[in-house]
Amino acid sequence: MIARLTEGVSQRGLMLLAALLAALLALPLAVNDYLITVLILILYFAYVGQAWNIMMGFAGQLSLGHALYVGLGAYAAAALYVHFGVSPWIGLWLSMAVAAVAGAVIGFLAFRFGVGGVYFAILTIAFAEFARIGFDHWSWLGGSAGFFLPVANYAKNDIVSLRGSPTMFYYVVLGMTVAGFILCHVLMRSRIGYYWLAIRESPEAAQALGIDIFRYKMLAVVISAAMTSLGGVLFAFHYNNLFPEQIFHISRSIELILGPIIGGIGTLVGPIVGAFLLTALAETLGEIMLLAGIDVPGIKQVFYGVCLLIVVVFLPDGVWPPLSRRLGLDDAKAKRREGSK
Amino acid sequence: MPAGIYLNVAVSGLLTGLVYGLMALGLSVIFGVVRVVNFAHGEMMTIAMYLAILLFAAFKLDPLLMMVPIAAVLFALGYTMQRGLINPFINRPEHSQFILLVAVAIIMVNALLIAFGPDARGIQTRYAYDSFLLGPLIVDATKLYAGAAAVATTAALFAFFRFTLTGKAIRACADNYTGALVVGLDVKRLYALTFGLGSACVGAAGSMMVLLVDTTPPLGPAYTLLAFVVVITGGLGSMPGALLGGVLIGVTEALGGLLFTPSAKSMFAFAILVLVLLFRPQGILGKRDSP
Repeated sequence: MIARLTEGVSQRGLMLLAALLAALLALPLAVNDYLITVLILILYFAYVGQAWNIMMGFAGQLSLGHALYVGLGAYAAAALYVHFGVSPWIGLWLSMAVAAVAGAVIGFLAFRFGVGGVYFAILTIAFAEFARIGFDHWSWLGGSAGFFLPVANYAKNDIVSLRGSPTMFYYVVLGMTVAGFILCHVLMRSRIGYYWLAIRESPEAAQALGIDIFRYKMLAVVISAAMTSLGGVLFAFHYNNLFPEQIFHISRSIELILGPIIGGIGTLVGPIVGAFLLTALAETLGEIMLLAGIDVPGIKQVFYGVCLLIVVVFLPDGVWPPLSRRLGLDDAKAKRREGSK
Repeated sequence: MPAGIYLNVAVSGLLTGLVYGLMALGLSVIFGVVRVVNFAHGEMMTIAMYLAILLFAAFKLDPLLMMVPIAAVLFALGYTMQRGLINPFINRPEHSQFILLVAVAIIMVNALLIAFGPDARGIQTRYAYDSFLLGPLIVDATKLYAGAAAVATTAALFAFFRFTLTGKAIRACADNYTGALVVGLDVKRLYALTFGLGSACVGAAGSMMVLLVDTTPPLGPAYTLLAFVVVITGGLGSMPGALLGGVLIGVTEALGGLLFTPSAKSMFAFAILVLVLLFRPQGILGKRDSP
């Protein structure tokens, strides 16, 4: 099993990954609560970015409405917990099911009716916006006034109902990120993964080779949606409050996809690197502003936008591909993938 | 409710829809020619709106008269953006263009936030409370002027693309990129010109919209979305389609707000969008795309 998992990954890459994981596991011992919450945010973005990457990076379908799946996942698990006292570990199955169905509906409508490219992207925005306004008027779930979970008692970690300290959430989200990474790695090297790449590079050629492109695109949406919804569950139980205006908002969808795009679309490490860079950047900017005594709302985001601009202008493939070359990690396969873009 | 109310609300929606249409026309023209989706469209609209507010506050200049200079400023902005920033991205994948324009949008929204703060600002014109009585209809004067200005601007743009040499050259670029290069058109300049024109549409639309709503920086992303909805409904790349889409969305929103709650009004716009995407993905007046 392990041997199969590590197949095709260079010795050096494995060692670096192991070192990174060890560092991440040990980090809570060394840092304060503030940094832990930043790390949770980073890992959250790494995880949902990874999920989004399945659709865009692997199967080539640009979704700009992934906030929909985050929101659905968050609301489903939170509603079960608040209204019926169901543990999130059971609720997450409902979350995944709801998000998968939503993904399937969108995918079915789009792919059956031949909606692709920019049009598909806008369809995904439309569904997310639709949900945002719908949830705004759904009073059972709090409507626009928000839906609240009972605030966690920091003194006691209750892993069954996910109530506890940031450190507990840190380990939960770390586990999710690692699991998501492994899942994507397995998918990428499976038959499905190769079919996705074929569809991404040329749907016509893939179809000519006998790949059922409808089926595999659907699979990409459903897996990506279900995976994203778990991010929503974590979000709900960590932040304890849900507002349709926030969780379904298009800016959330954009936030979520910046990581993988900056990190490197279609790569496994890209979403993680991107999430680290962007969140660290945002937090550092915030700290600098604080130290400099500048308290102007918006100035941090302007710098953020400028940095984003610089990265996308000068590193069209994202940060990871050139970085991995520098670290001597790319194998021939990675080169071939990049060459074909 | 008497039928008169519905009619009045529908007409008011139609007039607002014409302004939506003009805004979306800018997006449509840019996409139709340059093949870049301007994700900073609504943000450019808010820039125009704040320009109008500044001019009004400082010199009491009427936004409808300031339409031309504001459009000119936005033209310059669009032209420079295309020349300096977007041009290298023409052949890059969609998601790359997307991030570029999202970055531009983030900078614009927050720059406006820094400059003007989060509070809503409006303009009080002399004719703000005037209205015309046309049979059973009570038409708001401001909306009527704005709608008429939108129609006039659109007509001017149509004429430009139809009758001038530059307009024809731009259409040639849209129809056949390689062909345009072969006959010696300066495609780069024409692209920049198109982006400028699209931005000028937004500039004009912004100086009308400022009369209809109060302006805040977060309006930008909302208008970007609205412009998408309008343009896709009407047909991305189709000029009459943008106007038709604008009117359709304007009327739907107005009636939806009346029948249900105003806060749910954009849900109806999105419902229309979804229906159009499913049954006529090229839009009501759009042609089937052949990339």
